[in-house]
Amino acid sequence: MTEITSLSLFELIKNIKGKKISSNEIAKSFVDRSEKSKKLNTYVTENFENCLKLSKEFDNNPNFDLKLPGIPIAVKDLFCTNELRTTAGSNILNNFVPTYESTVTQNIWNEGGILLGKLNCDEFAMGSSNETSFFGNVQNPIAKDLVPGGSSGGSSSAVAANLTPVTIGTDTGGSIRQPASFTGTVGLKPTYGSCSRYGIVAFASSLDQAGPMSKDVKDSSILLEVISSFDKKDSTSIDFKRNNYSSELTRNIKGIKIGIPKEYRVDGMPDEIESLWKKGIEYAKDCGAEIIDISLPHTSYALPTYYIVAPAEASSNLARYDGVKYGLRSSGESLIDMYEKTRSEGFGEEVKRRIMIGTYVLSSGYYDAYYLKAQKVRQLIKQDFDQAYNKVDAILTPSTPSSAFKIGEKSNDPVSMYLNDIFTVPVNLAGLPGISIPAGTDKNNYPLGLQIIGKPFDEQTVLNIAYSMEEKINYKNNITDWWME
Amino acid sequence: MDGIMSKNNSKYLIERNNNVYEVVIGLEVHAQVTSNSKLFSSSSTKFGAEPNTQVSLVDAAFPGMLPVINEYCVKQAIKTGIGLKAKINNKSVFDRKNYFYADLPQGYQISQYKYPIVGEGNVILDMPEGQKQVGIERLHLEQDAGKSIHDVDPSNTLVDLNRSGVALMEIVSKPDLRSPDEVNAYIKKLRSIMRYLGTCDGNMQEGSLRADVNVSVRIKGSTDLGTRCEIKNVNSIKFMQMAIIYEANRQVDLIEEGDEIDQETRLFDTKKNETRSMRSKEDAHDYRYFPDPDLLPLEITDEFIDQLKSEIPELPDDKKKRFIDEFKISPYEATILVSDIDTAKYFEEVVAKMGKNRDMKLAVNWITGELFAVLNNKNIEIAQSPISAKNLAKLINLIKNGTISGKIAKTIFELMLDGDIDPQIIVEEKGLKQQSDPKALEALIDKIINDNREKAIEYKQGKEKLFGFFVGQAMKASGGKANPQLINEILKKKL
Repeated sequence: MTEITSLSLFELIKNIKGKKISSNEIAKSFVDRSEKSKKLNTYVTENFENCLKLSKEFDNNPNFDLKLPGIPIAVKDLFCTNELRTTAGSNILNNFVPTYESTVTQNIWNEGGILLGKLNCDEFAMGSSNETSFFGNVQNPIAKDLVPGGSSGGSSSAVAANLTPVTIGTDTGGSIRQPASFTGTVGLKPTYGSCSRYGIVAFASSLDQAGPMSKDVKDSSILLEVISSFDKKDSTSIDFKRNNYSSELTRNIKGIKIGIPKEYRVDGMPDEIESLWKKGIEYAKDCGAEIIDISLPHTSYALPTYYIVAPAEASSNLARYDGVKYGLRSSGESLIDMYEKTRSEGFGEEVKRRIMIGTYVLSSGYYDAYYLKAQKVRQLIKQDFDQAYNKVDAILTPSTPSSAFKIGEKSNDPVSMYLNDIFTVPVNLAGLPGISIPAGTDKNNYPLGLQIIGKPFDEQTVLNIAYSMEEKINYKNNITDWWME
Repeated sequence: MDGIMSKNNSKYLIERNNNVYEVVIGLEVHAQVTSNSKLFSSSSTKFGAEPNTQVSLVDAAFPGMLPVINEYCVKQAIKTGIGLKAKINNKSVFDRKNYFYADLPQGYQISQYKYPIVGEGNVILDMPEGQKQVGIERLHLEQDAGKSIHDVDPSNTLVDLNRSGVALMEIVSKPDLRSPDEVNAYIKKLRSIMRYLGTCDGNMQEGSLRADVNVSVRIKGSTDLGTRCEIKNVNSIKFMQMAIIYEANRQVDLIEEGDEIDQETRLFDTKKNETRSMRSKEDAHDYRYFPDPDLLPLEITDEFIDQLKSEIPELPDDKKKRFIDEFKISPYEATILVSDIDTAKYFEEVVAKMGKNRDMKLAVNWITGELFAVLNNKNIEIAQSPISAKNLAKLINLIKNGTISGKIAKTIFELMLDGDIDPQIIVEEKGLKQQSDPKALEALIDKIINDNREKAIEYKQGKEKLFGFFVGQAMKASGGKANPQLINEILKKKL
């Protein structure tokens, strides 16, 4: 039999329901492999012992009606977990232990999931390489010293390295899809308002959205079904009829119209991305989709718009980390001195950069020129998609303009780092669902992903297209466990 | 009731070197919304609890916590807007006002900046010169901050977050007020309207009503506005008036000395009775307002507003008009009776209990005279009145139907205070019933005239002053119970 850790979530559930493996055996396998994989630096906080204990409890009193019966799952360390340290990858929350649970993780535990541990991420989810984490770089299991993407880098790495069956990340400008693309895994950002933001450490409230990350599309559909819920505790949560994403998953997408936006052919895009996209179009055709050329004219404004809106909201969202109530407090001569020392020592460079940008664009005299204008452009970007969706059911683009890069390669060049998000940020600005699926490799054999963007609340179509194309693409990661002792 | 129309002029002008200045005042009143829970969380708002016992994760701004609007507070704000005859906006937006302070856990206050829930309205003041209309600029909802306590620990500041997140209505007036007396009348009127509506208890001691006072001065007759100073967070009408007088005179002195007035925020020191600069315009905070992305715009339908309109009780202005029309009392009396909702309720209950043969004059006089005096002495509100409206109505009816005299009534009133005793019972137990039987009184008077023949003759000879002597003798003989009117009539006849 194949190793338990390489099984998909769907297979694990099937096996556990068929009583072929116990929850404890599964938990042991993932804990063992995680223990042997410390070099990847995926975990910030482990919950291994507790996970093993809970898996035994599950086995003693199993409930196979649940959607995730006895399945151990590690989650991004941006989700607040009751009585387990939650750091958001930051020194300022290094000692923070919540007394409450995020809605999304609670949904997982309610369906039988068991917390395996908290996964590394860029500090406050600000980054595209996991290099801004206070807890250090995460290694991409694809190759040594390769970034796993970010901000959900611990999550993508852990899924790709089989340290957790599936995981959840958060995506503000591409933080699920880009790391999925860099690690040859699947990552879905749902429509804004699908998954509750309650209990998720906020980065940019109008953009943040939690979503599943997995080895394949079916697993993402199972996890999405669990985490997507209307929540009164989040005023931006939307009460719409949610599909049974996994049971409604189908490869029958005949006649579905897929748009190809010409503006995503950006200057200087590597040929291998261009050819990946072309191959993707052929796969989509093979699946029975109709390909239609479309235009999203304001695409080039998306990145600058994003880098105004997101830092603006972040500058305000992060004001609460002031040393007064919880988290790090540095001693100071006065209140102001204490603030300055706490925040200087508590936040890393990238977070400080974004707080400064955000503070600047909201300042009186600059508000109209930056923040207000960005909000207007955001509406135009949204309208671009609305108009495109009069003609097509979904849109196909590359996930990222390049494959994973080396650790340190871009860490001193924020703008080139920001460019990583060029294909993913428009989706957040418009609040749409988007998925990245592995679709090929570059010349170094590093994975490359394709992105499918859907209509609002139409995660099902996005998943169905991804599910069909996945079969045709038939991508397999070639991971050698190079990091093991 | 103190102050209302007690003077015949509420003007306030400052004279210096033959220049006459008037003071221009605008108020930003912060009124705590009457609500069991906070604006964006379910924590209790009860006053006086132990520090930090009414704090939710949202109020303390824990990571990942999100605000959820309290619909009841929204209704309260709309009702207040209706009471201020103001435009209710179908769409309003909550913004973040960003600044750092130890008692501001989020690092921002959620408030409404560009799009408030309530727009322009007005309130009517009853001034000695007549009615005055004061414009309302806007009303918006916002969170209160916590409380920093500097005087408990010698080296640390302590923070109490019980108040953090409590709903406030900020009611901004136009710069229409011209004197400390008008400020007094305005605050009292606002308070009265909100107490009628049940939207703010108006309790200034508990901080439910505070104000930032904007003051400028100008030469009387000028239409330009002078440079204003804002006096922050004044929590009593008396202090507002003191602060205005100090500040207006300070500004006039500056102008007279040829100096400029700096636009600045000032604090009122209640001990020294002076205002002090807190920060200048240059040092003003840049609050970096932007719409709170955690909250959707507040959308209110006309149906919702109409529903709330139908729930609005009769407000002071309408009640006053009705009292004058229906009860035929004077505008002055009506103003006093409607100024506080509990007084109006009490009065209306007395009127109802008096029944068909009611006497409005007696009712007004007894409430505003004897009863108010007792309340003032005991320093209590009419809601805690030791005499119920029902029993006061009975007492008034006993006077009206001649059972007791007004003088005896005062004695009975004193006795009623001890446990709200039914005046009828006192009359019976103490035998205080008025003697109104003409035959008995005639006999009594005959005896007095007989006993005082010489005086009776003197009276007949023109010494009219002696009439009082006979009345006094008759009252004395009856133990004070004789009906004075009858005594008069009989005496006149017999003498």
